[in-house]
Amino acid sequence: MDARNELHIAITNLFTAPEQCADGESTAVPDTTTLKNLDHARNGADLEHHCLPEQLPAAAGILEGQGLMLESITAVDWIEQQEFEVFYDFIHTDVANYRVVLRCTISRIQAELPSLCSVFPAANWHEREVFDFFGIHFNSHPDLTRILLPEDADFYPLRKDYMP
Amino acid sequence: MNLPRPQHYEETFVLNLGPQHPATHGVLRIKVTMDGEYVVKAEPVLGYIHRMHEKIAEQGNFAQFMPYTARMDYLHALAFNHGYCLVVERAAGIEVPERAEYIRVITVELNRIASHLLWWAAFLLDLGGFTPLLYAFDDREQILDLLERITGSRLTYCYFRFGGVCTDVDDEFISGTRAFITRLRKRLPTMYHSLVTGNIILIKRIKDIGIISREQCRLYGASGPVARGSGIDFDVRKHEPYSVYPELDFDIPVYPDGDSMARYMVRMDEIEQSLRIIEQALDKLPDGPIIAAKVPKNLKPEAGAFYAAVETARGSLGHRLICDGSKNPYRLKLRSPTFCNLSLYAEVAEGMMIADALAFLGSLDLVIPEIDR
Amino acid sequence: MMTHPFVRALIYLIGLMAFAGLNAAYLVWCERKGAARIQRRIGPCEVGWAGLLQPLADGLKLMTKQLLVPDGVDAALFRLAPVLAMLPGMVSLAVIPFSDTLQAREMELSALLIFAFASVGMLCVLLGGWASGNKFAIISSTRAVSQNLAYEIPMLLTVITIALIVGSLNLRDIAMEQQGNLFHWNLFRLEGWHILTMWISFIIFFICSIAETNRAPFDLAEAESELVAGYMTEYSSMGYGLFMMAEYINIVVGACLTATLFLGGWACPFGLAPGWWWFVLKIYVLIFTIIWVRWTYPRTQIYRLLNLSWKVMIPFSLVNLLITAGLVKFL
Repeated sequence: MDARNELHIAITNLFTAPEQCADGESTAVPDTTTLKNLDHARNGADLEHHCLPEQLPAAAGILEGQGLMLESITAVDWIEQQEFEVFYDFIHTDVANYRVVLRCTISRIQAELPSLCSVFPAANWHEREVFDFFGIHFNSHPDLTRILLPEDADFYPLRKDYMP
Repeated sequence: MNLPRPQHYEETFVLNLGPQHPATHGVLRIKVTMDGEYVVKAEPVLGYIHRMHEKIAEQGNFAQFMPYTARMDYLHALAFNHGYCLVVERAAGIEVPERAEYIRVITVELNRIASHLLWWAAFLLDLGGFTPLLYAFDDREQILDLLERITGSRLTYCYFRFGGVCTDVDDEFISGTRAFITRLRKRLPTMYHSLVTGNIILIKRIKDIGIISREQCRLYGASGPVARGSGIDFDVRKHEPYSVYPELDFDIPVYPDGDSMARYMVRMDEIEQSLRIIEQALDKLPDGPIIAAKVPKNLKPEAGAFYAAVETARGSLGHRLICDGSKNPYRLKLRSPTFCNLSLYAEVAEGMMIADALAFLGSLDLVIPEIDR
Repeated sequence: MMTHPFVRALIYLIGLMAFAGLNAAYLVWCERKGAARIQRRIGPCEVGWAGLLQPLADGLKLMTKQLLVPDGVDAALFRLAPVLAMLPGMVSLAVIPFSDTLQAREMELSALLIFAFASVGMLCVLLGGWASGNKFAIISSTRAVSQNLAYEIPMLLTVITIALIVGSLNLRDIAMEQQGNLFHWNLFRLEGWHILTMWISFIIFFICSIAETNRAPFDLAEAESELVAGYMTEYSSMGYGLFMMAEYINIVVGACLTATLFLGGWACPFGLAPGWWWFVLKIYVLIFTIIWVRWTYPRTQIYRLLNLSWKVMIPFSLVNLLITAGLVKFL
């Protein structure tokens, strides 16, 4: 069994068994049905995990513990469903060809998510960018300010209802 | 030698480096809190050249965004072409003919050399050496001439198409590229390494300066030469092979030290590896079409989320594409490598002298339009 | 022919100003041409033959521009600093012996006078930087001061070695002492075995003179990638032009001093036809070396520069001084 499969199984197990998490805070049992294996050649990722906002830090902690790196954070505005979906892309730096996506859906009206800054410092700027473009608030983010847009901007340009 | 570190900060002042400053190569601004010449806190302020490309992508159809990709990393524009093509081809299920893949690799690698040469020149300029700039530009000019021949432009290329490339290479390009490989191989050890790399002042300025640990790299999501200079063997070309890279024999230079010298050496070695790649790709260049037949003008990929990464000269460039089945991308996110690499800066630059902090900034190889997008 | 001292002073004054001005202007041209050749370019070639009128055009351009005095600067000092910056170079040239007959003013302590005025030059940089009220300029001027302080010490220590050999601080006496062929020069002096240690003095002195004149690789006061233009950041027009001219005049003075102290002044290497032409040849060779160094090496850091002086140059020059004293005493 190669390293990639080992890693895949380890992460899958950790996701489905939250009591093994390093921090015992995550009590909510993740729904195993949200875990999905993907075809890397087709989707560019191997494992997809739809999680609830409160599970995010624990899930990211698991990935951090397995030596993954946070590559990017993106949001999508599903305006018809009145939802934001946030994508967290992770890659393993040593095991080739292994990517994990965390997906998290939140309401468009109360757009709030826990921040991952304490787990991955990389999340700092990515979250600021998502806040900048979508207006999603990341709780307990150390410095949630505009990063690319001017500090006095009063709009969130990547929301689908924003028209310049 | 142990670098001087202040014991405590007495009286600080704020120095604005940029948005117009010779060392930031563009419109990056760094708000530096200083105590004398020590950097107490360095806070990059971004967004001076922000153009909201991600919104532009949503406004037009897939092909319409193609020219914009080159406007981000204007030094390695073809890699951005490549990354965008890759994710769209992945979403739409387009097969690329082999000849086109080889041409893509050849041009992207030529462009990578040009980018590294320019970085080298600009980095030396940051360190106060002006002469290397012109030597590097001399070589870079050869590459630009070659690329201009087939792509039609010299800097912001729009050469790739979904399913291939737009023009075929000719014999003159191939012989010119071979001549260039010979030329650069001859010049690298003499004009680059003997004159500059071995210079004691240069070594003193970049050795043990700006040390980034392996763990820091991973936590901050650093990639490219920055990560490889810190001992992480992470190059998308090997890590998540795309195009015809698996068929070509090349090495990924990795240096464990994590200082500016390591990043410098990674890039210099990468130039040699790129030459190897180009040489092999030219040898193997098959005949055949350069673009896939029957690629519709208006692509309508099925709904879904797709990710594709390529290795630019600065690191791993990711495109996260969300399609909803319409002819426009529903959402296109660009994960630009220097955006992440720069986020390290504040932590590492703390406590440095201003001269070292700027040498360290140069060693990160920043292209501001790519950070700001 | 005897002339009235006043007329003599006037002739020398005009001559020196012309020499300084011409050198400042044409050294810029030399620097640009030299840099261009080193970098495989052509350099200035449009204005006049081989770009020889370029300095004139540059001068005109600088003079016709507005001298911008920004808000918040100390206007009087801001204007005074560049004018004052020209002074030390000019005064120093007055005591340089170009040949045994060509010297504006002979003085007993002429070598010391040059060093005293070199410090005044540093003061001008400090004034300019301080008056600008710009953070880059202030950092730059503090750098310039610490750099000059650090490098004056080894420089003076090496001058003392010369003074020990020659027994005088009069530049004319020092040059006269070295008349004859190569092996009479201080650098290669066979008499008293000074050839053994003099090269150390020479290297230290040459490095110090580059540092004193703020030239690359020690041009930290105007390190453009860190401090934009250093103490000259806020200057425009001739304010900037005068600082530039002062820099080049200082280089000439440094080269003159090196030539006089170590390279036999106006003596010919083969002992033939000594005269001012040899002196001028020597200073231009030295100046070319300084230009060559500038376009070859990257810049060092301020703390390494200071370490080099306090931890390497000063101990070396002290030991060198002791050895020279021993040689003078016992041989």
